[in-house]
Amino acid sequence: MQNIKRIFNVFLKKEVLNLSKTEVMTDLEPKTEVQEITSDKESLDFVYEFYVRMKRNKIHLAYEGEITHQITKAFTSLTENNMAKEEDYASVQKKVFHVMVECLQNISKHAENRHHIVTSKDGRGIFMISKGESEYNVTTGNTIPNDKVEELQKMLENINSLDKEGLNKLYKQQMKEGRLSDRGGAGLGFIDIARKTGEKLIFCFLPVDETKSFFVLTSTIPRVKE
Amino acid sequence: MPQAIKIKGTDDTPMVILNTEGEGTFEISGRSLPEDVAAFYDPILEWLDAYAENPNKKTIFNFKLEYFNTASSKLLLDVLLKLEEMHDNGHDVLVRWHYPDDDEDMEEAGEEYADIVEVPFEQVSYTVG
Repeated sequence: MQNIKRIFNVFLKKEVLNLSKTEVMTDLEPKTEVQEITSDKESLDFVYEFYVRMKRNKIHLAYEGEITHQITKAFTSLTENNMAKEEDYASVQKKVFHVMVECLQNISKHAENRHHIVTSKDGRGIFMISKGESEYNVTTGNTIPNDKVEELQKMLENINSLDKEGLNKLYKQQMKEGRLSDRGGAGLGFIDIARKTGEKLIFCFLPVDETKSFFVLTSTIPRVKE
Repeated sequence: MPQAIKIKGTDDTPMVILNTEGEGTFEISGRSLPEDVAAFYDPILEWLDAYAENPNKKTIFNFKLEYFNTASSKLLLDVLLKLEEMHDNGHDVLVRWHYPDDDEDMEEAGEEYADIVEVPFEQVSYTVG
């Protein structure tokens, strides 16, 4: 449960959570216009609150839906352009790009999606990227079958238990011995995210029903060059 | 000799030149994050199998990658393993791994491959821009 809190805090910082709606509303322009044009106030409030929260938490991009190769390319190029404008270190930009590609391809290759499995190889899920003072956060969420949870959890815990040298060793071993899955996954993505970011993976599994769980993963990329 | 392969690079697939003419040109460069890695790299691996039967006197294979995803890293290893096999069979093979001088990750990737495959391996840094 600790991880859920950590993920939650990354995006919905405590102070935001504690703010009452009015406090949020007083904070941003142009609140009067928003209230004046209210025809369906509840839905506008939602849009506004969503906007405020995205702004506050510096969420650059939030998406829910099918994750395809085209989406992966579009999101990575959008983020690349944004980062180039904001003059981050080239090495940080490359790492963010890399983490995005791996996370998005993980979903498009592995996500459980019974309805589309016959017609398409793509998965569904959520994707978010935020920029804090000292780091970028890339979060993905997708449903996975319950019988895959234990295996995935063990794999991620193992990755988090290793230092850089251990991760390099595991990567090499997996690259040599691992086989490409039917969908073209090499089982290397998580290991590589951990070693390239130098940060632990933050993850949790939320039970959905007796067959599925929602898998949430946040990767942190430090913005400060070491 | 297999017919030359010349593939133009795109924003998600690398430029590939495999040409035996003259001293030969063997190069994979640019970005590699194809939708289907196996479909992209299989023809390259097949080409190398055919080439290995009667290769040039010397084969200098250049990797000049800007970016590759983890699925591609596995296929790049397969390419390098073909080159290792040629080297094992007594052929003259040299791998040149080019990396931007400000890209530690790409430099480390080269070191990692050099560790795994037993083939003469040169790291070459270049300046971007």
